[in-house]
Amino acid sequence: MKTLTILKYQWKDLFRGKWIIGYGLIYLLMSDAMIRFAGTGPKAMISIANIMLLLIPLVGVIYGALYLYQSREFTELLLAQPLDRNTLFWGLFGGLALPLAFAFTAGILIPMIYTGMVLSAKFQSLALLVILGNVLTLLFTGLGFWMGLKFFENRIKGLGYALVSWLFLAVIYDGLVLLAVFMLGDYPIEEPMLAMTMLNPIDLARITVLLEFDISALMGYTGAVFNRFFGSVIGIGVATACLGLWLGIPLWSGKRLFNKKDF
Amino acid sequence: MISIKGLRKKFGPLTVLDDIDLDIPSGQATGIVGPNGSGKTTAIKALLGLVKPNAGDILIDGESIKGQWDYRKKIGYMPQIARYPENMTVSELFEFIKNIRETGETNKDELISYFGLEPELEKRMRTLSGGNRQKVGAVLAMMFDPEILIFDEPTAGLDPHASVQFKNMVHREKEKGKTVLLTTHIMSEIEELADYLIFIVEGQIRYHGPMKELIEKQQEQRLEGAVAKMMAEVAA
Repeated sequence: MKTLTILKYQWKDLFRGKWIIGYGLIYLLMSDAMIRFAGTGPKAMISIANIMLLLIPLVGVIYGALYLYQSREFTELLLAQPLDRNTLFWGLFGGLALPLAFAFTAGILIPMIYTGMVLSAKFQSLALLVILGNVLTLLFTGLGFWMGLKFFENRIKGLGYALVSWLFLAVIYDGLVLLAVFMLGDYPIEEPMLAMTMLNPIDLARITVLLEFDISALMGYTGAVFNRFFGSVIGIGVATACLGLWLGIPLWSGKRLFNKKDF
Repeated sequence: MISIKGLRKKFGPLTVLDDIDLDIPSGQATGIVGPNGSGKTTAIKALLGLVKPNAGDILIDGESIKGQWDYRKKIGYMPQIARYPENMTVSELFEFIKNIRETGETNKDELISYFGLEPELEKRMRTLSGGNRQKVGAVLAMMFDPEILIFDEPTAGLDPHASVQFKNMVHREKEKGKTVLLTTHIMSEIEELADYLIFIVEGQIRYHGPMKELIEKQQEQRLEGAVAKMMAEVAA
């Protein structure tokens, strides 16, 4: 009940800031443009997925940290009221992550609706795209929250770590994997690579997209290994569990930090 | 009755509160004085659960506040630096806190007109002057008619008129039987408002008891002189 009151206030505040509307508009324009260029087929969806895989983690992790710094007054005001810290934590998190997820979903779906793509496209692919985007939003907002709480007194450090962690997971990690493939190409490294992919939520999401749109063939033998693994029940289970851990651990740890923090 | 037992708080290597034992009587006004950085605000924040102590416990009406939050229903708090969500209007803020507290406010309108806040009600918090923010803080602390009122340097940003008004209001609340706890650097204010005095230096209690006794003990006419003497004794 109290969580709802907090959520309601934050929605109002976010929309008043207009920032979140701009964020939704970016997806709307992007989705519209991709459909215009590539038609209503799977090509447009792959392009949307590629942009989403970069943009969602960046915005989630940066804004997650920034939001905690911005709402410090709000937090201090509420902590002096008869309110449980857990309630406040989930209120703050939900108040940011849900509007971000909503802006993303609305942004990519609206052009698909007025072009009729929702009906013509494969439902499973579309659902996967939306679900992945939402999971990534929650996951990276949670990570940003954790960074913000870890470096609560030092904004520069908090935002710096948030940016670096995005850079690492979205860009550098792939470079390292590629380097490993290049250097150890003579050895059977498909399975270690599979493990490395599992460790990075962005890679995990990317692989899922590749497999769904059946372009894993482009990846040769590795693609076949991935296909076999992720196609199996165990593969899907392990991938879901990995994403679950990535979602759960920062939030759990962040809540602990929040509960112990002095304001 | 608020009892503080063996309260200890460290910020890194710095000991801010060092083994504090206190009983703050109900229905009385207690003033906390001490030099800057002596731990007054930290003690208040520990009472509110904003700061988690390293050791010790605080009991309100015989119940420990550790891990609890419901007890804050009994407390109205006016912070030293009043910081509120910038985008909220004043009336939205009142409404919001009311929803969080889930209790009906009893004397909100009366307090608003008492402090002359009517023309500010539809303004955003960020456009309010420092003094008006303080007044909003005072209304927020008192509008739910809580048993315990905590004011941290309440008159620091108020003009003389508002300051007198505020003190009159505190008097009235005290007469209603509220427990009042306030910190300030203005000794005349403590003299006017408080019955009991707590003197903290470097996280330790140096004096705790009725104010009159201290003045008599130090053979001074005014509290200011008595406290200054005590500070000099501590420094020596």
